[in-house]
Amino acid sequence: MNNALLTKYINKNKRTDTPEIRPGDTIRVYVKIKEGDKERLQAFEGTLIARKNSGMGESITVRKMSFGHGVERIFPLHARVVDRIDVIRTGRVRRAKLYYLRGLRGKAARLRERT
Amino acid sequence: MTQVFQADGQVVPVTLLKAGPCLVVQRKMPTTDGYDAVQLGLVEFVKPSRINKPETGHLKKAAAEGAKHLRELKLRPGDDDLKPGDKVLAGHFKPKDKVDVVGISKGKGFAGLVKRHHFRGGEDTHGSMFHRAPGSIGASSYPSRVWPGMRMAGHMGSARVTVRNLEVIDVDAEDNVLVVKGAVPGPNGGYVLVRRAKR
Repeated sequence: MNNALLTKYINKNKRTDTPEIRPGDTIRVYVKIKEGDKERLQAFEGTLIARKNSGMGESITVRKMSFGHGVERIFPLHARVVDRIDVIRTGRVRRAKLYYLRGLRGKAARLRERT
Repeated sequence: MTQVFQADGQVVPVTLLKAGPCLVVQRKMPTTDGYDAVQLGLVEFVKPSRINKPETGHLKKAAAEGAKHLRELKLRPGDDDLKPGDKVLAGHFKPKDKVDVVGISKGKGFAGLVKRHHFRGGEDTHGSMFHRAPGSIGASSYPSRVWPGMRMAGHMGSARVTVRNLEVIDVDAEDNVLVVKGAVPGPNGGYVLVRRAKR
């Protein structure tokens, strides 16, 4: 994917309003939800555990604990259904994919703040 | 290939095609050639020594320096009247148009039946001794031969393939780029022919 025209086209189409987010960060994703003819925003807050793919197909995996159960949602970064992303807290981690967090809970699943 | 999100949130897989610039090299007329067509050449740098003399003269009539891939396109009612030397660019198409894309598919080499004709093959395990072999190719004493057209292993790909009625999603007249919905035959960076959809 190093074609100049392709890169130019992707840069033109991708959204530029996403904040700088990295695996380990705690983020809140606002998703547009359609109910009948009304539209509302729903927030999903959790730890960003993976960023996958590049270009228009880039997606993020967000994990949170909900009533004792781990819940993960995958969001396409450039999709229109994602209204905006807020960074709540940054995290210092040493790998790109934090799948090991799935086996940890409570205090063990904490991450140090990035400075 | 990449993908774009449309205003309603739908994601569309797209292929970017660098469309030209092309040049009308020759105009075939019913009076002289018996049919109505244009011969297009892709304007790209070709080393002059790579074009033989007859072809240099042929291109000179259209004032073309060098052109790759001369292709003829039959003119249909409603097409623009083009003269030799006219430029054909991506701006000929507009979003929502339907186009056909003709190209040479990727070569798959000598392919077996599972890949070439979607045979199901046999089980890999559980003591199966039949994996990807063709199986029976016909009966015995009658006909005592194999029927013509029997699907067998052989060369696959590297053939002319037409994909019909692809929708034009976007046109970039400045960079001469056509954005069409879906996949297109051939490798990345391959050459294809784009025409207005036949039907």
